[in-house]
Amino acid sequence: MNLWLVLFLGGLLTFGTRLSFIFLLQKVAVPVWLRRALYYVPTAVLTAIVFPEVFLHTGTFNTSLLNPRLIAGILAVIVAWRTRNALLTVAAGMAALWILQPLL
Amino acid sequence: MLSVVPFGMIYGVLALDAGLTHAQAQGMSSIVFAGSAQFITTQLVKSAAPGLIIVLTILVVNLRHALYSASLAPYVQHLPLRWKLILSYLLTDEAYAPTISNYEEPGDSNNKHWFFLGAGLTLWTGWQLSTATGIMLGAVVPESWSLDFTLALTFIALVVPRLRDRSSLASALVAGSAALVGFFLPYKLGLLTAALCGILAGTLLEGRK
Repeated sequence: MNLWLVLFLGGLLTFGTRLSFIFLLQKVAVPVWLRRALYYVPTAVLTAIVFPEVFLHTGTFNTSLLNPRLIAGILAVIVAWRTRNALLTVAAGMAALWILQPLL
Repeated sequence: MLSVVPFGMIYGVLALDAGLTHAQAQGMSSIVFAGSAQFITTQLVKSAAPGLIIVLTILVVNLRHALYSASLAPYVQHLPLRWKLILSYLLTDEAYAPTISNYEEPGDSNNKHWFFLGAGLTLWTGWQLSTATGIMLGAVVPESWSLDFTLALTFIALVVPRLRDRSSLASALVAGSAALVGFFLPYKLGLLTAALCGILAGTLLEGRK
Protein backbone atom coordinates (compact mmCIF):
# COMPACT_ATOMS: atom_id res chain seq x y z
CA MET A 1 0.00 0.00 0.00
CA ASN A 2 1.24 3.46 -0.88
CA LEU A 3 2.48 5.27 2.23
CA TRP A 4 0.39 8.36 1.48
CA LEU A 5 -2.73 6.17 1.35
CA VAL A 6 -1.70 4.61 4.68
CA LEU A 7 -1.35 8.09 6.21
CA PHE A 8 -4.73 9.24 4.89
CA LEU A 9 -6.54 6.11 6.10
CA GLY A 10 -4.79 6.29 9.48
CA GLY A 11 -5.66 9.98 9.74
CA LEU A 12 -9.28 9.37 8.74
CA LEU A 13 -9.72 6.60 11.33
CA THR A 14 -8.09 8.77 14.02
CA PHE A 15 -10.37 11.68 13.14
CA GLY A 16 -13.38 9.33 13.14
CA THR A 17 -12.45 8.05 16.60
CA ARG A 18 -12.13 11.58 17.95
CA LEU A 19 -15.42 12.65 16.36
CA SER A 20 -17.33 9.47 17.31
CA PHE A 21 -19.19 10.35 20.49
CA ILE A 22 -19.12 14.10 19.86
CA PHE A 23 -21.04 13.52 16.64
CA LEU A 24 -23.23 10.54 17.42
CA LEU A 25 -24.64 10.89 20.85
CA GLN A 26 -26.20 13.46 23.03
CA LYS A 27 -25.42 12.37 26.53
CA VAL A 28 -23.61 9.12 26.42
CA ALA A 29 -22.76 6.50 28.90
CA VAL A 30 -19.92 4.51 27.35
CA PRO A 31 -20.47 0.84 28.32
CA VAL A 32 -18.40 -0.08 31.35
CA TRP A 33 -16.54 -2.94 29.60
CA LEU A 34 -15.52 -0.62 26.75
CA ARG A 35 -14.38 2.15 29.09
CA ARG A 36 -12.38 -0.41 31.03
CA ALA A 37 -10.77 -1.89 27.90
CA LEU A 38 -9.88 1.53 26.46
CA TYR A 39 -8.24 2.49 29.74
CA TYR A 40 -5.59 -0.18 29.17
CA VAL A 41 -4.90 0.65 25.50
CA PRO A 42 -2.01 3.10 26.05
CA THR A 43 -0.39 0.94 28.74
CA ALA A 44 -0.52 -2.21 26.61
CA VAL A 45 0.44 -0.65 23.29
CA LEU A 46 3.34 1.41 24.60
CA THR A 47 4.82 -1.48 26.59
CA ALA A 48 4.47 -3.79 23.60
CA ILE A 49 6.72 -1.36 21.71
CA VAL A 50 9.22 -0.85 24.51
CA PHE A 51 10.03 -4.50 25.31
CA PRO A 52 11.32 -5.52 21.86
CA GLU A 53 13.23 -2.22 21.53
CA VAL A 54 15.06 -3.00 24.77
CA PHE A 55 15.44 -6.79 24.69
CA LEU A 56 15.53 -7.53 20.97
CA HIS A 57 17.36 -4.59 19.47
CA THR A 58 20.06 -6.76 17.94
CA GLY A 59 17.48 -9.20 16.56
CA THR A 60 18.07 -11.84 19.25
CA PHE A 61 17.05 -12.00 22.89
CA ASN A 62 19.44 -10.01 25.02
CA THR A 63 18.58 -10.19 28.71
CA SER A 64 22.26 -9.85 29.65
CA LEU A 65 23.10 -7.13 32.13
CA LEU A 66 25.70 -6.07 29.59
CA ASN A 67 22.92 -5.00 27.22
CA PRO A 68 23.31 -1.19 27.29
CA ARG A 69 19.69 -0.65 26.21
CA LEU A 70 18.45 -2.76 29.12
CA ILE A 71 20.47 -0.78 31.67
CA ALA A 72 19.47 2.54 30.11
CA GLY A 73 15.84 1.37 30.00
CA ILE A 74 15.82 0.38 33.68
CA LEU A 75 17.37 3.73 34.60
CA ALA A 76 14.66 5.47 32.55
CA VAL A 77 11.93 3.55 34.40
CA ILE A 78 13.38 4.69 37.73
CA VAL A 79 13.68 8.31 36.60
CA ALA A 80 10.13 8.25 35.17
CA TRP A 81 8.82 6.76 38.42
CA ARG A 82 10.56 9.29 40.66
CA THR A 83 10.18 12.48 38.60
CA ARG A 84 7.17 11.88 36.27
CA ASN A 85 9.11 14.10 33.86
CA ALA A 86 9.16 12.80 30.28
CA LEU A 87 12.00 14.99 29.05
CA LEU A 88 14.23 14.13 32.01
CA THR A 89 13.46 10.43 31.44
CA VAL A 90 14.55 10.59 27.81
CA ALA A 91 17.66 12.61 28.70
CA ALA A 92 18.74 10.18 31.45
CA GLY A 93 18.18 7.14 29.23
CA MET A 94 20.10 8.62 26.30
CA ALA A 95 22.96 9.74 28.55
CA ALA A 96 23.21 6.21 29.97
CA LEU A 97 23.18 4.69 26.49
CA TRP A 98 25.89 7.04 25.21
CA ILE A 99 28.12 6.31 28.21
CA LEU A 100 27.57 2.54 28.16
CA GLN A 101 27.66 1.80 24.44
CA PRO A 102 31.39 2.39 23.96
CA LEU A 103 32.17 0.50 27.19
CA LEU A 104 30.12 -2.68 26.75
CA MET B 1 2.01 22.76 26.52
CA LEU B 2 5.48 23.45 25.20
CA SER B 3 6.39 19.95 26.40
CA VAL B 4 5.36 18.54 23.00
CA VAL B 5 8.06 20.50 21.17
CA PRO B 6 11.06 18.22 21.86
CA PHE B 7 8.95 15.19 20.95
CA GLY B 8 7.87 16.74 17.68
CA MET B 9 11.54 17.24 16.89
CA ILE B 10 12.44 13.67 17.82
CA TYR B 11 9.56 12.45 15.66
CA GLY B 12 10.90 14.42 12.70
CA VAL B 13 14.36 12.92 13.10
CA LEU B 14 12.99 9.35 13.46
CA ALA B 15 10.66 9.74 10.47
CA LEU B 16 13.56 10.64 8.15
CA ASP B 17 15.63 7.84 9.66
CA ALA B 18 12.80 5.41 8.81
CA GLY B 19 12.94 6.51 5.18
CA LEU B 20 9.94 8.85 4.97
CA THR B 21 10.29 11.81 2.64
CA HIS B 22 10.19 15.31 4.12
CA ALA B 23 6.66 15.75 2.76
CA GLN B 24 5.46 12.45 4.24
CA ALA B 25 7.03 13.19 7.62
CA GLN B 26 5.43 16.63 7.77
CA GLY B 27 2.21 15.35 6.22
CA MET B 28 1.76 12.71 8.91
CA SER B 29 1.97 15.41 11.59
CA SER B 30 -0.99 17.23 10.06
CA ILE B 31 -3.00 14.26 8.74
CA VAL B 32 -2.72 11.87 11.69
CA PHE B 33 -1.74 14.46 14.34
CA ALA B 34 -1.20 11.98 17.18
CA GLY B 35 2.23 11.65 18.79
CA SER B 36 2.43 8.01 19.86
CA ALA B 37 0.77 6.72 16.68
CA GLN B 38 3.24 8.72 14.58
CA PHE B 39 6.24 7.34 16.49
CA ILE B 40 4.96 3.80 16.05
CA THR B 41 4.28 4.37 12.36
CA THR B 42 7.88 5.42 11.75
CA GLN B 43 9.03 2.22 13.42
CA LEU B 44 6.66 0.06 11.34
CA VAL B 45 7.69 1.80 8.12
CA LYS B 46 11.33 1.21 8.98
CA SER B 47 10.70 -2.52 9.42
CA ALA B 48 8.72 -2.63 6.16
CA ALA B 49 5.37 -3.63 7.73
CA PRO B 50 2.45 -3.95 5.30
CA GLY B 51 0.24 -0.86 4.93
CA LEU B 52 -2.85 -2.58 6.30
CA ILE B 53 -1.02 -3.48 9.54
CA ILE B 54 0.13 0.13 9.91
CA VAL B 55 -3.42 1.43 9.43
CA LEU B 56 -4.82 -1.09 11.96
CA THR B 57 -2.09 -0.24 14.46
CA ILE B 58 -2.82 3.50 14.15
CA LEU B 59 -6.51 2.72 14.75
CA VAL B 60 -5.85 0.66 17.88
CA VAL B 61 -3.29 3.09 19.30
CA ASN B 62 -5.73 5.99 18.85
CA LEU B 63 -8.86 4.19 20.11
CA ARG B 64 -8.39 5.89 23.48
CA HIS B 65 -9.53 9.13 21.84
CA ALA B 66 -13.06 7.69 21.80
CA LEU B 67 -13.01 8.10 25.58
CA TYR B 68 -12.06 11.76 25.27
CA SER B 69 -14.79 12.19 22.66
CA ALA B 70 -17.39 10.67 25.00
CA SER B 71 -16.19 12.74 27.93
CA LEU B 72 -16.36 16.05 26.02
CA ALA B 73 -19.51 15.26 23.99
CA PRO B 74 -22.03 16.70 26.48
CA TYR B 75 -20.18 20.04 26.55
CA VAL B 76 -20.12 20.63 22.79
CA GLN B 77 -23.63 19.46 21.84
CA HIS B 78 -24.90 23.02 21.40
CA LEU B 79 -22.24 23.82 18.78
CA PRO B 80 -22.80 23.71 15.01
CA LEU B 81 -21.32 20.82 13.03
CA ARG B 82 -18.32 22.77 11.71
CA TRP B 83 -17.21 23.42 15.29
CA LYS B 84 -17.56 19.74 16.17
CA LEU B 85 -15.45 18.80 13.15
CA ILE B 86 -12.67 21.28 13.93
CA LEU B 87 -12.57 20.48 17.64
CA SER B 88 -12.53 16.72 16.94
CA TYR B 89 -9.58 17.14 14.61
CA LEU B 90 -7.71 18.98 17.38
CA LEU B 91 -8.61 16.48 20.14
CA THR B 92 -5.22 15.10 21.23
CA ASP B 93 -4.10 13.80 24.64
CA GLU B 94 -2.44 17.11 25.41
CA ALA B 95 -5.49 19.15 24.36
CA TYR B 96 -7.95 16.95 26.25
CA ALA B 97 -6.34 17.35 29.67
CA PRO B 98 -6.58 21.18 30.00
CA THR B 99 -9.90 21.29 28.13
CA ILE B 100 -11.77 18.89 30.41
CA SER B 101 -10.39 20.67 33.50
CA ASN B 102 -11.64 23.95 32.07
CA TYR B 103 -15.13 22.51 31.40
CA GLU B 104 -15.33 21.01 34.88
CA GLU B 105 -14.63 24.31 36.56
CA PRO B 106 -17.77 26.06 37.77
CA GLY B 107 -19.24 28.73 35.53
CA ASP B 108 -21.00 29.10 32.20
CA SER B 109 -19.77 26.40 29.80
CA ASN B 110 -21.38 27.83 26.68
CA ASN B 111 -18.31 29.75 25.54
CA LYS B 112 -15.61 27.42 26.74
CA HIS B 113 -15.22 25.93 23.25
CA TRP B 114 -12.95 28.93 22.60
CA PHE B 115 -10.59 27.60 25.26
CA PHE B 116 -10.77 24.14 23.63
CA LEU B 117 -9.99 25.71 20.24
CA GLY B 118 -7.12 27.76 21.68
CA ALA B 119 -5.54 24.73 23.40
CA GLY B 120 -5.93 22.64 20.26
CA LEU B 121 -4.49 25.27 17.90
CA THR B 122 -1.55 26.03 20.19
CA LEU B 123 -0.62 22.35 20.29
CA TRP B 124 -1.21 21.93 16.58
CA THR B 125 1.10 24.82 15.73
CA GLY B 126 3.77 23.63 18.17
CA TRP B 127 3.60 20.12 16.71
CA GLN B 128 3.88 21.25 13.08
CA LEU B 129 6.79 23.63 13.75
CA SER B 130 8.71 21.15 15.89
CA THR B 131 8.20 18.43 13.26
CA ALA B 132 9.67 20.77 10.65
CA THR B 133 12.64 21.49 12.92
CA GLY B 134 13.16 17.76 13.50
CA ILE B 135 13.10 17.12 9.74
CA MET B 136 15.82 19.73 9.28
CA LEU B 137 17.89 18.21 12.08
CA GLY B 138 17.25 14.67 10.85
CA ALA B 139 19.40 15.27 7.83
CA VAL B 140 22.46 16.00 10.00
CA VAL B 141 22.11 13.59 12.95
CA PRO B 142 24.51 10.64 12.54
CA GLU B 143 23.34 7.03 13.09
CA SER B 144 25.89 6.55 15.89
CA TRP B 145 23.82 8.78 18.18
CA SER B 146 21.28 5.94 18.44
CA LEU B 147 18.42 8.45 18.47
CA ASP B 148 16.01 5.63 17.59
CA PHE B 149 16.19 4.67 21.29
CA THR B 150 14.34 7.88 22.21
CA LEU B 151 11.20 6.09 20.98
CA ALA B 152 11.46 3.46 23.73
CA LEU B 153 12.45 6.09 26.31
CA THR B 154 9.54 8.35 25.41
CA PHE B 155 7.13 5.46 25.79
CA ILE B 156 8.67 4.46 29.13
CA ALA B 157 8.05 8.03 30.30
CA LEU B 158 4.41 7.78 29.20
CA VAL B 159 3.73 4.29 30.59
CA VAL B 160 5.37 4.35 34.01
CA PRO B 161 3.01 6.97 35.54
CA ARG B 162 0.06 4.81 34.39
CA LEU B 163 1.22 1.80 36.43
CA ARG B 164 -0.69 2.81 39.54
CA ASP B 165 -2.54 -0.45 40.18
CA ARG B 166 -2.01 -4.18 39.81
CA SER B 167 -4.21 -4.58 36.75
CA SER B 168 -2.26 -1.87 34.88
CA LEU B 169 1.02 -3.51 35.84
CA ALA B 170 -0.31 -6.88 34.66
CA SER B 171 -1.53 -5.32 31.43
CA ALA B 172 1.95 -3.90 30.77
CA LEU B 173 3.82 -7.09 31.64
CA VAL B 174 1.54 -9.31 29.56
CA ALA B 175 1.72 -6.95 26.57
CA GLY B 176 5.51 -6.63 26.86
CA SER B 177 6.12 -10.37 27.14
CA ALA B 178 3.67 -11.14 24.34
CA ALA B 179 5.49 -8.61 22.16
CA LEU B 180 8.76 -10.51 22.71
CA VAL B 181 7.12 -13.85 21.87
CA GLY B 182 5.24 -12.36 18.93
CA PHE B 183 8.19 -10.40 17.59
CA PHE B 184 8.89 -12.98 14.93
CA LEU B 185 5.29 -13.22 13.73
CA PRO B 186 4.86 -12.33 10.06
CA TYR B 187 3.60 -8.94 8.86
CA LYS B 188 4.59 -7.26 12.14
CA LEU B 189 1.40 -8.69 13.67
CA GLY B 190 3.21 -9.08 16.99
CA LEU B 191 2.49 -5.54 18.16
CA LEU B 192 -1.27 -5.73 17.58
CA THR B 193 -1.51 -9.19 19.12
CA ALA B 194 0.53 -8.17 22.14
CA ALA B 195 -1.53 -5.01 22.65
CA LEU B 196 -4.77 -6.99 22.57
CA CYS B 197 -3.35 -9.54 25.07
CA GLY B 198 -2.38 -6.71 27.42
CA ILE B 199 -5.75 -4.96 27.12
CA LEU B 200 -7.51 -8.27 27.81
CA ALA B 201 -5.28 -9.03 30.81
CA GLY B 202 -5.91 -5.64 32.43
CA THR B 203 -9.65 -5.74 31.75
CA LEU B 204 -10.11 -9.27 33.09
CA LEU B 205 -8.05 -8.66 36.19
CA GLU B 206 -9.96 -5.50 37.01
CA GLY B 207 -13.26 -7.33 36.44
CA ARG B 208 -12.33 -9.96 39.05
CA LYS B 209 -12.17 -7.39 41.83
